[in-house]
Amino acid sequence: MRDARGDVRRPIGLRLWLSGGWLALLTVAALCAPWLAPKDPLMQDLFLGRMPPFWMEGAEPGYLLGTDSLGRDVLSRILYGARLALIVALVAGTLTCVIGATLGLMAGYYRGWTDRVISRFVDIWMAFPPVLFAILLIAVLGPGLVSIIIAIVIIDWTRFARVIRAEAMSQGAMDYVASAQVAGRTRFGTMLTEILPNVLPTIIALLTLEMGIAVIVEAILSFVNLSISTDSPTWGGMIAEGRTSVHQAWWVLVFPLITLFLTVLSFSQLGEGLKDRFDPVLR
Amino acid sequence: MSGFLSIRNLTVHLRGGGPILRAVTMDVAPGQVHGLVGESGAGKSMIGKAVLGTLPRALEITGGEIWLDGVDLLALAPAARRKQIGATAALIPQDPLTALNPGKRIGPQITRRLVDILGWRKSDAEARARDLLDEVHIPDPVRVMRSYPHELSGGMRQRILIASAFAAEPRLIIADEPTTALDVTVQKQILRLISDMQTRHGTALLFVTHDLGVVSKVCDTLSVLYAGKVVENARMRRFFMRPIHPYSAALLAATPIYTDPDRGLTPVPQTVIDAVEREVEHHDVRAGA
Amino acid sequence: MIYELRDLHLSLPDMSRKPLLGAAPRIEILKGVSFDIPKGAVLGIVGGSGSGKSTLGRAMVRLLEPTSGHILFDGTDITHLSEDALRGMRRRFQMIFQDPMSSLNPRRRVGGIIAGPMRLHGMDGLRARVDEALDMVGLPRSFAKRYPHELSGGQRQRIGIARAIALRPDFILADEIVSGLDVSSQAQVLNLLQDLVADLGLTLAFISHDLSVIRRLCDRVLVLHHGQVVEQGPTADLFAAPQAAYTRELLDAIPLPDPDQVWR
Repeated sequence: MRDARGDVRRPIGLRLWLSGGWLALLTVAALCAPWLAPKDPLMQDLFLGRMPPFWMEGAEPGYLLGTDSLGRDVLSRILYGARLALIVALVAGTLTCVIGATLGLMAGYYRGWTDRVISRFVDIWMAFPPVLFAILLIAVLGPGLVSIIIAIVIIDWTRFARVIRAEAMSQGAMDYVASAQVAGRTRFGTMLTEILPNVLPTIIALLTLEMGIAVIVEAILSFVNLSISTDSPTWGGMIAEGRTSVHQAWWVLVFPLITLFLTVLSFSQLGEGLKDRFDPVLR
Repeated sequence: MSGFLSIRNLTVHLRGGGPILRAVTMDVAPGQVHGLVGESGAGKSMIGKAVLGTLPRALEITGGEIWLDGVDLLALAPAARRKQIGATAALIPQDPLTALNPGKRIGPQITRRLVDILGWRKSDAEARARDLLDEVHIPDPVRVMRSYPHELSGGMRQRILIASAFAAEPRLIIADEPTTALDVTVQKQILRLISDMQTRHGTALLFVTHDLGVVSKVCDTLSVLYAGKVVENARMRRFFMRPIHPYSAALLAATPIYTDPDRGLTPVPQTVIDAVEREVEHHDVRAGA
Repeated sequence: MIYELRDLHLSLPDMSRKPLLGAAPRIEILKGVSFDIPKGAVLGIVGGSGSGKSTLGRAMVRLLEPTSGHILFDGTDITHLSEDALRGMRRRFQMIFQDPMSSLNPRRRVGGIIAGPMRLHGMDGLRARVDEALDMVGLPRSFAKRYPHELSGGQRQRIGIARAIALRPDFILADEIVSGLDVSSQAQVLNLLQDLVADLGLTLAFISHDLSVIRRLCDRVLVLHHGQVVEQGPTADLFAAPQAAYTRELLDAIPLPDPDQVWR
């Protein structure tokens, strides 16, 4: 029978293009920072402190987005800061995802004692206040890139575990799983070949969201001075410094803030966009 | 207009897409039961939704008239239309499990419309609800009104929805597959109940169903739909004796009957589908011209 | 006999009444079910919701483990066999599910859905076998490349049938497989099933709430009510002279498309 319900076309995601574009731009910036950055991000020049961005009166040529109170070039520092932000996003996001999703998938699909052990563990884990936990952790491990990544993974794997567990549970109740059992597929095989492909879109959406969160957490830790050593440029560190002089030089605060905002937004939008795009059921 | 509900050339389109209803014309006489039959996707539920003004946002009415109690609903402003519908029509929904709010007690769910929209006094509305629950054979109405939906069986919940539909004495009730989710034995009780209530209250009833057996038990007249087009309007008895449209006849022949096991089951033949598809196409061409 | 069931009991934990601490109370769904299915029979299993008919079906293909009693499949007691022990014989008893939307993995193409179980059982020439299975259920071979959501309800249910028959099983359990379909696709699927049973020499158990459908398809009927068999026998006899009160109640409640039926 003819049925017009199938005629609706989904518009191709503009947000996918915008968010993907911004992140691609950022990746290029991070990779090519030494060639792209107009100045050395660490070079101080106290005579050029708090220079405004190029369109304002009193701007110094060569310093497009102005300088901070120590005379360091804001644009160069943002570009170098992207390196750290993206490394943290990729490594911490992926590790969190793999650990959390694996545990969640097992808990949700195997149920029984596997689920009880993992779920109790998640419940207890989540009872710790996360930021305090992270600060404590870095105090013990000492600041540094590895510490940040470990802190993010340890705090956030529960998010994956909980969401993926629920998703795996609802997929596990579907008859295609019973059908695989009737066909003689092993439990583990069913989990990998039947359940995993169906929770993958959710995992991808969560992963990109997590990458955004990792960028924020790194910025927060930099803000409270618990990130990398203070001389390597980070967005959080720039925001912390900019805050103190916001009345004299707003650009030191605002430009890294906008970059951070756009990056985190792009990560979450990319996830939603990809989920829509690569889902044969929705497509 | 010859009906209490008269639908004339009602056309509904998917926004920016093809037609869902194609110039549907039908009448529901006062106090009579009119069946809407067709296979899934034929648009039978959409007619009820168009009348009640609850079409999904993706659909829009693009033509025709819906006369309810002598007023063309589509000619009214939205607020006046809602008021007219609220005063004359009610719905018995398909799924008794989701149609009641699980977090609220039964009593307020029945009386809310009476109190909030029709401005009844609370005590009057509660007395009315008790009487109605009694009328739909629910034992101990006072206790049931204090219960939550999950404490009641599917059949009980469907009875409550029926009571609720009749609460404001509407003159038209639209029942959208009200027994599809129920067992045959419960279905029989519920269908009888709907018929009895409808007769006693003199309500006109638009009954949406896919089951020709059900139609033959409750309806006075019916319309058969294919792809959003009415292929036959008929009086019930005549329809089962002598279906006029080949698609109607094919639909009847495809329905299994346990009393007649030797009758081979005939799927709707491709020639009939092709013919009715051509009719739909001709309609679209004429509508486009 | 392909199936022999003896005094089968099955209870499941009732999670809705689970106390905060301790185990959930168990509700008994099957209360001593016994019957046989001879080779080549088409058995209808009928009952209302809550009769335990789906649970019975799932126990027969060992998606559920009975609490007590015995299920013999072709002489082998499979009642408590472990999943590992069952795996080798699973090819021989297959199931078609009620809701094809839920029983076909939405992220797989039809070809993969039909080939998957055959690959597990080490069958070869999968492409040809998928084509053959599609031919047998009357669908074009090109459907192998489609996703389930691109098909109509009746077509999806044929894929479920194709997946089951492709394994060349001895027995197929069909659980309410036409209840979600329109009458015209229902008639097609029933006719198809009838032809396949004859052509492939299948034994079929057909679970349904609809006695008219069972009358059409089955040579034996079993009526289940509250987890017990209230009546069983050859279809013609049972419809001509129903013995149990519940069977009569079920028959009387069916609305026939006939305005002259006495239904009050």
